[in-house]
Amino acid sequence: MIKVNEKKHPFENGITLFQLREKFKPDADIVVYNGFPVADDLSLRDGDQVCFIRRGEIPDAEEMKQLIISRHSPKVHEKIQNKCVGIAGAGGLGSSLAIALARLSVGKLVIADFDVVEPSNLNRQQYFIDQIGLFKVDALKANLGKINPFLDVDPINRKLDESNLGATFKECDVIAECFDNPESKSIIVEFVLSKFNKPIVAVSGIAGFENAHELKCRNLMKNLYVIGDGLTAAAPGMGLMAPKVGIAAHMQANKILELLLKM
Amino acid sequence: MNIVVNGEDISIENTSTVADLLKKLDQDSKKVVVELNETIVSKSDYSEIKISDGDSFEIIQFVPGG
Repeated sequence: MIKVNEKKHPFENGITLFQLREKFKPDADIVVYNGFPVADDLSLRDGDQVCFIRRGEIPDAEEMKQLIISRHSPKVHEKIQNKCVGIAGAGGLGSSLAIALARLSVGKLVIADFDVVEPSNLNRQQYFIDQIGLFKVDALKANLGKINPFLDVDPINRKLDESNLGATFKECDVIAECFDNPESKSIIVEFVLSKFNKPIVAVSGIAGFENAHELKCRNLMKNLYVIGDGLTAAAPGMGLMAPKVGIAAHMQANKILELLLKM
Repeated sequence: MNIVVNGEDISIENTSTVADLLKKLDQDSKKVVVELNETIVSKSDYSEIKISDGDSFEIIQFVPGG
């Protein structure tokens, strides 16, 4: 059996990649072989996954879903497609993290924030000028839908505190702390570590532009991972900027992926 | 009294509660998460929980930014 554009077909012994393209989609100019684009012909083996794409062509919804999946690393997608990640805060960290997780096709995202998009967010947060004034969770859901419309995104327009954290994130496998202020970071980390038996990936120390290489992911307590240098606080003269916030958000995404794959 | 904080041995005097320890270490109790002998201490207990010789603490202080 081989998979062509995510559909199973009987394997024909001796057939090559380009012979298969001739059969299924002769005008395809992108060939993805086992999750990786290739330019040269090769002999196929039983169990291979192949995708043929015509550059620039917008396929129908079913094929689109299959083509997005085609570039997911084999054995990764199968494990994370039914997982749920909770994102606490949809600012610089949360909006970038959500986009990375959507591109990975993590099955469900629960995203909570109470704020609206405003112009000073645009220096680092994944929103657009025409979204100013919208609730961040609604704007982010819309943006994620343009990247991967096949995900379950639950936008929760709520200020999080001890009284509602449990109900908000109870179905999530992993929680991401994406707040700005340290009091809120402390509250959610303490809550998750004491009330849930599930991991939380938090962030501390990502301001400014210097020493990006000092951003580390540290496992500081059971179920607690903290990304950042632990020290560099946002303050007057030490602002938050897209590069380091983006690095931290993507380190969060990568740690979350690693945790989901171990479950 | 000897305790361990974030892997380092320290010696403390006149420090009876977790709240006292945080003050001594110049940590803002609203911005930290404290683990005592591998159990999370909730903020509401900082003034209640007494420190004993040999206790092991992990204390994380969060800084702003996100």
